Amino acid sequence: MSLRNPGAADAAQPVTAIPYRAAPARASRTGRRRPSMAPYLFSAPAIILYVIFMLIPLAYAVWISFTAYRLEGGGILGTKVQVFVGLENYFSVFSNSELLVSFGRMAVYGVIAVPLTLGLALLFALLLDVPAVRAKTFSRTAIFVPYAVPGIVAALMWGFMYLPATSPFSYITQAIGLGPIPFLNNPGLYGSLANIAIWGGTGFNMIIIYTSLRGIPAELYESARLDGASELQIALQIKVPLVRAALTLTAIFALIGTLQLYAEPTTLQPLTTTITSTWAPLMTIYQQAFATDDLPGAAAGSTVLALGTVIVSAVVLWISNRRTAASAR
Amino acid sequence: MLPTIILIAGAVYCLIPVAWVFVAATKSRAQLFSTFTFAPGTGLIDNLRGLFTYNGGQFGQWALNSLLYAGVGALLSTFVSTMIGYALAKYRFRGQNVIFYGILAGVLIPGITLAIPQYLLLSAVGLAGSVWSVLLPSIISPFGIYLSRVYAGSAIPQETIEAARIDAAGEWRIFQSVAIPMLLPGMVTVFLLQFVGIWNNFLLPYVMLSDQSQYPLTVGLFTLLSKGSSSPALYSLAITGAAVSIIPLVALVLFLQRFWRLDLISGGIKG
Repeated sequence: MSLRNPGAADAAQPVTAIPYRAAPARASRTGRRRPSMAPYLFSAPAIILYVIFMLIPLAYAVWISFTAYRLEGGGILGTKVQVFVGLENYFSVFSNSELLVSFGRMAVYGVIAVPLTLGLALLFALLLDVPAVRAKTFSRTAIFVPYAVPGIVAALMWGFMYLPATSPFSYITQAIGLGPIPFLNNPGLYGSLANIAIWGGTGFNMIIIYTSLRGIPAELYESARLDGASELQIALQIKVPLVRAALTLTAIFALIGTLQLYAEPTTLQPLTTTITSTWAPLMTIYQQAFATDDLPGAAAGSTVLALGTVIVSAVVLWISNRRTAASAR
Repeated sequence: MLPTIILIAGAVYCLIPVAWVFVAATKSRAQLFSTFTFAPGTGLIDNLRGLFTYNGGQFGQWALNSLLYAGVGALLSTFVSTMIGYALAKYRFRGQNVIFYGILAGVLIPGITLAIPQYLLLSAVGLAGSVWSVLLPSIISPFGIYLSRVYAGSAIPQETIEAARIDAAGEWRIFQSVAIPMLLPGMVTVFLLQFVGIWNNFLLPYVMLSDQSQYPLTVGLFTLLSKGSSSPALYSLAITGAAVSIIPLVALVLFLQRFWRLDLISGGIKG
């Protein structure tokens, strides 16, 4: 990789000797030239944007989370000043029962959505990789379609398919005398919300795992087939361990998506009273920031969420690495 | 046989809501709540007329806004990501690893953690509520930068760059006429991922924008739906709008499917 040392250019010189040029002078200059500014100039636009739109906002959010607005002077003459209050907002986050309950709801949702999304993505990817399976192009394309549908639109479509008056599923159950399916009431709501995420996320993850499967040389399966291993055995014992990196990546994406649950419950809110305005943690944080003007509280809540994301991702990576190390032994 | 059946069942599951929304878009307001949900109605033309004349043609405006945010944002994002990805893959320089891992960690920051302070900071400079407030934060994409670096690392042989240097080409010129052509497949992938990402984004424009005429489709359709609970006529519009809005993006993704190098993401390319 590191071909930036001058020796490499010098070594290449005799091969690329160009007779009609003043080769020696040019060679020594090229060999010694350190394009020291170039990589920084190439990186500059990204770094500037990164600092302005990610680093500074992040630092600002953390700073706000340690402050509070206090009235000074009292009465109508009092002015609002921002004062440092240490961890006070964080104590409020962890003593806000509504927020804690919403973290609990998100956990239930995630426990349903994440394993099913990944499980289905892996299942479909493995099926696509089985030689005897038919209608591959159609299935792959159809399962990938939801990726192109925004979360808001997905929630809107499923929302109407859950609503008793317009649901095709409830239409059938009502026709056989069972009454509508309570998609939008507890506890069915968790499954209904998770279903929207599963529908939207399976295709993309399937493609990631599938492309990873395609990268495995076919010879690896040949001897197993000759030994009489079934396609199922090959899939579980050879393919799954080899796509572990892709599975880890998709798991992290799915978990990050879970922690950012917002658009789906917000979209379904007009259709049901079961979803309150503080149903998911992000909904509470949004309310604090833009409806009740409690910016420090919102900043503390979103910092907790960011830390949660980092911890969850680190745990997934750790588990994955430990497994890889264990299987290498 | 069973694998094929399972796979087709998955395909049907993924197509059902799409089929439903197209059927529902053909129904008049009365039919929507009265006829069997998969029975086509007779209100398609009325719904489309209603949709495109709503609030003086606002739906068309939203679609154009989405196109602007996603198109321009993804284009700029692709160039910014490609440049830094090339630098990170093909040069050795001080601070390289700090820059790369610092940016990569950005993937983990939830949108809301950034959106609130971004809104406050952009308000301070008077940009909140403007087109820029949605466009500018969309340009930086840690994931796009990661993919660009992986692709540049595998697609451009170091000898090619060295040969160009020996021909005394400047570093910018090498990037422009040697690297870019080799990076194009990777750039298309980054562009599409960013385009779909920005097009589907809801939270950022929802936080930033207050003027309805600047909304992208996602926020616009959400407003139609949330107003629908008080005036049910808007439900038909929201459904028709949903149907119309997914056509271009599904078509784009399906059409460009073969240009995607999604093996980039799974690490199929050795970087």
